[in-house]
This record gives sequence, structure tokens and C-alpha cells, in this order.
Amino acid sequence: MNARLRWRKFVSGFMLSVTGACAAVAVSVLFFILGYLVYHGGSSVNWAFFTKLPTPVGESGGGMANAIVGTAKLLSLAVLVGVPIGFFGAIYLAEFSGNGIIAFVVRYAADLLNGVPSIVIGIFAYTMLVLPFKHFSAIAGGFALGLMMVPITLRSAEDFLRAVPRALREGAMALGASKTRTIATVIVPAAYRGIMTAILLALARVAGETAPLLFTAFSNRFWSHGWNEPIASLPVMIFTYAIAPYDDWHRQAWAAGLVLLGLILIVNIFARAILSRGGTILR
Amino acid sequence: MATTITTVPGAGPISGSRAFFRKLREGDEIARIITFLFAASVVLVTLLLVWELWQGSVLPRHKFGFGFFFTRVWDPIAEQFGALPFIYGTLVTSAVSLLIAVPLGLGAAIFLAELAPQKISDTLQFFIDLLAAVPSVIYGLLGVFIVIPLMREYIQPALKRTLGFLPLFQGPAYGVGFLTAGIVMAIMVIPYIISVSREVLLSVPRDQREAALALGSTRWESTWKVVVPFARTGIMGSVFLALARALGETMAVTMVIGNTPTISASLFSPGYSIAAVIANEFTEATGDTYLQALIELGLVLFLLTFILNGLARLLIVLTSRRGAGMGQT
Amino acid sequence: MHASVRQAVSVNINPTTVTAGRETAAPATMRMNVNKVNFFYGPKQTLFDITMGIGANKVTALIGPSGCGKSTLLRTFNRMHETVRGARLEGEILLDGKNILSQDVTQLRRRVGMVFQRPNPFPKSIFDNVAYGLRINGSKLPIADAVEKSLRHAALWDEVKDHLHKSAYELSGGQQQRLCIARALAVEPELLLLDEPCSALDPISTAKIEELLVQLKDLCTIAIVTHNMQQAARVSDYTAFLLMGQLVEFSPTPHMFTTPSDPRTEAYITGRFG
Repeated sequence: MNARLRWRKFVSGFMLSVTGACAAVAVSVLFFILGYLVYHGGSSVNWAFFTKLPTPVGESGGGMANAIVGTAKLLSLAVLVGVPIGFFGAIYLAEFSGNGIIAFVVRYAADLLNGVPSIVIGIFAYTMLVLPFKHFSAIAGGFALGLMMVPITLRSAEDFLRAVPRALREGAMALGASKTRTIATVIVPAAYRGIMTAILLALARVAGETAPLLFTAFSNRFWSHGWNEPIASLPVMIFTYAIAPYDDWHRQAWAAGLVLLGLILIVNIFARAILSRGGTILR
Repeated sequence: MATTITTVPGAGPISGSRAFFRKLREGDEIARIITFLFAASVVLVTLLLVWELWQGSVLPRHKFGFGFFFTRVWDPIAEQFGALPFIYGTLVTSAVSLLIAVPLGLGAAIFLAELAPQKISDTLQFFIDLLAAVPSVIYGLLGVFIVIPLMREYIQPALKRTLGFLPLFQGPAYGVGFLTAGIVMAIMVIPYIISVSREVLLSVPRDQREAALALGSTRWESTWKVVVPFARTGIMGSVFLALARALGETMAVTMVIGNTPTISASLFSPGYSIAAVIANEFTEATGDTYLQALIELGLVLFLLTFILNGLARLLIVLTSRRGAGMGQT
Repeated sequence: MHASVRQAVSVNINPTTVTAGRETAAPATMRMNVNKVNFFYGPKQTLFDITMGIGANKVTALIGPSGCGKSTLLRTFNRMHETVRGARLEGEILLDGKNILSQDVTQLRRRVGMVFQRPNPFPKSIFDNVAYGLRINGSKLPIADAVEKSLRHAALWDEVKDHLHKSAYELSGGQQQRLCIARALAVEPELLLLDEPCSALDPISTAKIEELLVQLKDLCTIAIVTHNMQQAARVSDYTAFLLMGQLVEFSPTPHMFTTPSDPRTEAYITGRFG
């Protein structure tokens, strides 16, 4: 082996280490994040955190019970807005429309919507649902989050519906089932697992969104009643508490961050585990 | 659709079956219409969004016109609104983030796609996917309590000592600022660069790599001189995608950039970005012009990400097209 | 060339090599010797006890029905099988007497070149494609001269000499394949492997390449896998017939195609299966 070849092999091995280090650094960020959250927030995730309301400024103690419930309420609204549009729209794309111009426009619009920064979605929800009524509300926040769920749900559901084998469809139709019946009783159940995980992943994504809530749902130091009042949410609380000058609030912000990220990661891992057992495509 | 069944007038079963077919078709028709309406609503909502952004910014558009983009002054009291500081801040932090994230991300993607054994590659990709799911506000949390002190105590002083002759690294080190925001943004954007670049690299046809190896290339040579150049348009696409995400990044940036509409050559200077100013001032905006100026900024952000996303998708499609069409007469 | 390597080394397990009296018996000198090679993809064995030789400066063809293992065998000659996970090789493969499995693989692949089934030029100019191997391995001649030399050997020079900077993808399929041959020849390999090089090409391009192969014999040793028996009969000096991972017969081409020694060979050649 001559010197030149030795050098080339050295470079090859060296670059393997360099790129491997890049990958290691990237992945280690995840563990750093989790580590810091546990370290700073672990001790503050206690019963009070889950059950108490925030205390007045300056007083210590208190929790984020209203924010937890608020996030749950907002996510339910998001599901009500995002899932039907995404699901039925996907059925239209996969079953009724084929690849014509309408399908192209719908898919393009969905991709466009997907790329819109979340704060701009917040502006849109503001002009539609806050400005006319002159107050912040859970509905406006839920609408913004739901809108963000639409493109993810739509494209993923379409992929899973299309992935259902022709043989199943043709079997049902050969037995005399109408298209609607085939869809409802054969195709959707076959794609069910994939669609559910797509919805879960979309939920996990919007659960952490803060920007669109800043001027739609706004925030609330007390319980929010019904759907027409401003409502607290975990992400907004984290933001508010983190930039405030109170140590006690910082402590709670870490705890909230740990809870929020913990939930998001659990849902992600769970959803991917379901999918990999099914062996279907993941967007 | 005309049926070729001849009907005998008054024959029971045949007219019954015609009615049956009609009902069947109508059921399908109804389903088609309903699902179409849902699908169409996506298009409608998107159009409505653009419309609202346009209409909602009418006052400043008429008052300032294109000058809006070149004015430095942002003075709500005097009702003078200029977008330049925010555009500047957005561009600078994005540039810093890309400078850090692209080499790191591309290196990691190359490792995952070309050099690592399958199991390691899949495990690491799993963690990268989880990283992509971490919300912005959590990065912001770490930014505020971990990165800012780190910058203030160690990194900024060190940069000042070594590279302080450059205007980039001058001025007081507060911990917040363009550099910090750029670093935090880089951390957020790396998973996207890795995921998309990795997919693009994996889509390069096998026989390109094999041809290079068969000529006596080392692993690295076949990767760097053949596979990566083959995938270069797709990799550029991944960079554009990452940039589009970076531009829209709100929370983490708001928490570490300093929130001061300054234009400064120094990366240590506090600044502002388009998304950050909207987030901070939207609920405080008094007066229609103020609010609408913020909406106009939202419109700018929308247009920027729209163009970038479109370009990105085009580039990625071009790479896969090239892989499919190669070698055919 | 190691004159000490004689035909006695290339003993076939299964019946037949050579009939006495023919002018070319087994090849006088072997460039490569394959000894008792067994090949596995994971648990599945795909090559069984292959022993044969590749004659120096001759064209050896590997023929057989789909899935018989001829491409697999060819790819072991430059250790390309190592790019596939789970591939395992047992046995010995000697290049000029030295076992290739214990050599440095990068160096080996410079000495044993390969042309693939579908033309696969790099997304570079015609010149840069041919120059690629020269640039990484080093070249005795100035690069431009070496590139011209290779393109002439590949019978492509006249067609591209004024367009060297153009993208390789602007060439036709047949031209691209000749470019790949030029690219492989540029590093002056001792053995050139071709894996069904004409299967994606039209008859005219195929004929050009077949002509080329016969001329290239003087430059280097050639081993070619083909599913086209007529092609094997046209271009090769020796033919090996593989069936289900086993070497059924290995003899000089004229002998194999007129009076094959094994009934299975005869059945394949006469088209009774395949």
C-alpha cells in the first residue's frame, strides 16, 4: 500500500468520525433537553402543580391546573375542527377525485397551509374570531390549532387510504357494495390504524404550539368557563413564567415544560410504535 | 349512464331494481358532495387567510407603500412603522443558524445515510424524529436559562477575546442577541436538515455508489465525490425547507433575541425578528395602523415562507426525477 | 503474470473441461483462480463449491438461466458483494496468485474494474467521468492524455472529442455504456468485469460493444456475464455454465456450444429451459 492510498484511507476513516460526531451532537441535544427538564423541573411536578390555580404575582406556591385543563379543552376543539376536514377531505382525494386539477389544488392548498408560520395562523384566527367579537376565546385558540392539524391529517390520511390494497376494494364492490359502503365498511377500517396515528401525531404537534394562542386564547389566571372566555394553556404559561423575574415562576415553568414535553414524546413514541407494527408509511 | 335493460312496462322487479340503482348512485353522490365540500374548505380557508392578511394590512400599505420595507423607524407613538429592523433581524439570525446547522446537519445526514450501519442509523433517526417534535417554547425555556448564561459567561467573552477585531463580535455581551437566537434556531432546525437530506441521499441510485466503489474509491470518496453531488439539488431543497422553518420560528427566538428593534453589525447586539415583534406587540397594539402594521409583517412572513417552501419542494422533486431518469436514452 | 500458475490448479469438480486435441485447452495462464467458493446471503446459500479460472487476456463468459448465481459470482471477483449486508463468502479467490480477500479492497478494485448492467455515468461531464478514477488513484500520464487514451480504447473518442465538457447524460444509452467502459479502463485494470453490459441497449450499440470487447482482450483480461447465449458464443474464448449456484461446465467456447459435455448444458443451450 503506497502513501497516497494510506492517506486516502485515513481521510475516509477520519471523515467517518467527523460525521459520526455530528450525528452524536445532534442526537445528544435531545438528552440534554430531557436532562435539564428533569433536573430543574422534576421536583416541582407535584400534586400542587396539577391541582392548584396560579397564585397572584409574587406569592409562591400555586400550580397550573387551569392551564392543563385549558390545553385539554383547546386540543378537543382542535380535533373537532381539524379531524373532520382532514379526514373527509382525504376520503374525497383518495376515493372520489383521482388525480385531476381539483385534487392538485386541494393538495397544494394543504401544503401551503402546512408551511404557514404558526404565528400567521394566529393572526388569521384573530381576524376571524377575535376581532368581530372583541374578546379572546377558547374557540379562537382551538380554531387556530385545528387549522394547523388539517394539512397533516389530510395528507397522512390520504396516504393511508390509498395504501389499502385494490383487492379489498374490488372484493367489496364485487359483492354489490356501493362506493360509500365500501369506504365506510372496508377501506376506512383497513386504514384505521394509520389514520389514528396520524391524528395523534398531529395532536402532539399542535399541543406544543404557543404562538397561535398568544392572541386568540390569550391566557387566564383563573378557571375558564365555557368556550367563549380566554383560557390558559401549558405552552403560554411556560412562556409567560419563563420570561418573568420570579424564581418560583421559573421553577413552575420547568415543571410545565417537563410535563408538556413528556406528554408529547410519549404520544410520538406510542404512535410510531403502533405504525411500525402495522408496517405502513409514516409522513 | 344509460342502462341497456329493456323495461317491460309495469314489470315489478325491474323497476324496483332501477330504483335501487338510483338510490345507490345517489348515496354515492351525496358522499361525493359532502367529502368534496370538506376538501374544498381547505382551499377556501387558505384563500381566506391570504385575503385577510391582505385586507388586514390596508392602512399601512397605503400609508407607507414599499417604503415600509426600508424604514428603520418603529415608533408606535408617532405612528411610524418600518419593517427594516425586523427583516434584518430575521435574516441575520437565519443566516447564523444555517451557517451552524447546515454543516452539522449535512454531516450527520451523510453519516446516517451512507456510512453508519443500518441499526445505528435507524436508532439515531428515531431520536432525530423525536427532536423534531420538541416544541419551540421548550427550546425557548432552555434558551433563557441555559444558553443565555452560557453565552454571557463563556462564549461571548471568548469570542470577543479571540475574534473581537471583527465588528461581528464587538460590543457588550448581554447573553441575548442575534448570535444567541441564531444558535438556538440552529439547534431547532438541524433535525429537519438531517431528516430531509438523509432521505434525499438514500434516494440516490445504488449503482452510482457501486460505480464509484468499483473504481477503487474509499467509502468517503464515493460518498463525497459521487453520492452527495448527485443529491445536491435535493440537499439544497432541505436547506430551503429549514430556512422556511427558521423564518417562522417565534417562541424560542422571542425569548432570547432581546426584543429591541436595532440594526447592528455586532452579533452580540440585541435585536428583533418579524415573528418576535408580532408575538410581543400584537396584544398591546393600540390603534388600527399599529395593529395593521403587525399584520403586514405577518403578510411578509407568509410570502417569504411561501416562496421558500415552493422552491424547496421543486428542488427535492428534481433530485428524485434525476435519479429515476438517469441512464435512459 | 505468474507463469508458475498452471492449468493443473483449475480443476473442476463437476465433469468436463477439455477435450484433448483442441488447440486451446484450459487457458494457459490464469489471471484469476476461484477455489471452492461458497456464497451465502444470510442463511441462504447461493453458490456451491465453485472452482474455475479466468484466463489471462481472454474473454470468459458466465452464462446460465436467471437466478443461477452468475452475477453473484462475478461480483465476488472485485468484492462488490461486501456492499450488501449479510453476504458471506467462503473459499479462495486468487488474483495473480494472491488471495484478494486478504488484500486491501480499495487497491483491489483499481486492479479489477467493473461495468454494470445499466449505464451509470456520474452526474459530471464526459471528461470528468473518465477522469474520476485517475484523480483519486493518481495517474502516470497527464490526465487529459489518459482520458483520451481510454476513450479511444472504448471506441468513443471520435464521437465525443469535441464535447468532453458536456454532461454525460446527453449521450445515448449505448454511448453512456461505452463511457462507463472508458471510465473503468482509465485506471488500467488487469481484469475487467462486465455484468450483462448490453441488456439495456439496442442491437446496434450491443454490436459495437461486442466488437470492443474482442479488441480489449489485448489490454486486459475480461469476464462477462450474459444471459444471451449467442453473445457468449460470439465474443468469448471460454464459457462457464452455471445452474442453481453450481458450476456445471467450463470449457472453451467452441467446444461448449457444439459438443457440450454435460446434458444439462446441452439442454440449456438448445433452449429446452432457461
